[in-house]
Amino acid sequence: MTSIRAGILVSLAIPTLAFWMASSPVQGLQAWEQVYSVLTHPRCINCHTATDYPQQGDDRRRHVANVVRGPEGKGVPGLNCAGCHQETNADSTGVPGGHNWHLAPLSMRWQDLNDRPLSSAAVCRAVTDRSLNHNLDGPGLLKHHEEEALVKWAWNPGRRPDGTMRTLPPLTHAEFVAATRRWVEAGTPCPPGK
Amino acid sequence: MATYQLNVNGQRREVTVDPSTPLLWVLREDLKMTGTKFGCGISACGACTVHVGGIATRSCIVPVSHVGDRPIVTIEGIGQDAVGRAVQDAWVEQDVVQCGYCQSGQIMAAVALLKHTPKPTDKNIEESMGGNICRCGTYPRIREAIKSAAAQIK
Repeated sequence: MTSIRAGILVSLAIPTLAFWMASSPVQGLQAWEQVYSVLTHPRCINCHTATDYPQQGDDRRRHVANVVRGPEGKGVPGLNCAGCHQETNADSTGVPGGHNWHLAPLSMRWQDLNDRPLSSAAVCRAVTDRSLNHNLDGPGLLKHHEEEALVKWAWNPGRRPDGTMRTLPPLTHAEFVAATRRWVEAGTPCPPGK
Repeated sequence: MATYQLNVNGQRREVTVDPSTPLLWVLREDLKMTGTKFGCGISACGACTVHVGGIATRSCIVPVSHVGDRPIVTIEGIGQDAVGRAVQDAWVEQDVVQCGYCQSGQIMAAVALLKHTPKPTDKNIEESMGGNICRCGTYPRIREAIKSAAAQIK
């Protein structure tokens, strides 16, 4: 009888514990900082600019050839993103590629006009604002990080024109998704401040 | 080496080349279509512009293995449609060309612009043509020729 009671207590306690662990604001914020470290890596932020043009390289310089954002973030006729960026990386010529290559909308800019990454708090607020983020809720954000082709490209960025490999974000994609999941399960908490 | 069936200016062309070969070199070296020019080789100048699947494309940096079955149109074939013909006529009318080296790329970019934006503003022209470099500085005549072609296109 005692063991049955103990079993019942354990079966009640484990889900409660799991919920508490998943929703811990502290853990959620820690997970967010991991997510933020990826979002502000050049592989991500170069296309989440505040400018009218994309950036490129680890030094985040202005994109070559006077490429501009265009009305849909895909360049302009005569100078579309897809005019160079194909469906996959072109390692022989050093041009990165992925499906539907385009800039993130200005509402998802993660830098200021001086090319400085926005603060962790500011990026978090933008990412979680459904009026800015294409109406994505927590699970939607997780799905975006887990499945979106251009997000996943950041971990398969191909070779530079000189043949060397492009640098990768500070977490693996699996770690990034796991951190996003922990953050989402915690209710997408954002750090205080500007 | 691999064999590719390309659709170039409406004609099927077969080439056997290394998959990493840029489309530009397939056009120039294998198909002997030298109207498309090599400029910078890093997609920065636009001299190599062709249309792939209707998109103005820098052929110097697109491996032939990435083209697939999308139709390719080059400067040799651009006069086959009304917009391309109008642009070529406007180029002659405005006497745009100086040395001419960049002009096939300029025309291909201009046609792409006018097919999408039949009545372009100056800003449209500047943005769409801003990646095509002309060392002779024919930009004012290019602008006028685009406007002239736009006026001719029904």
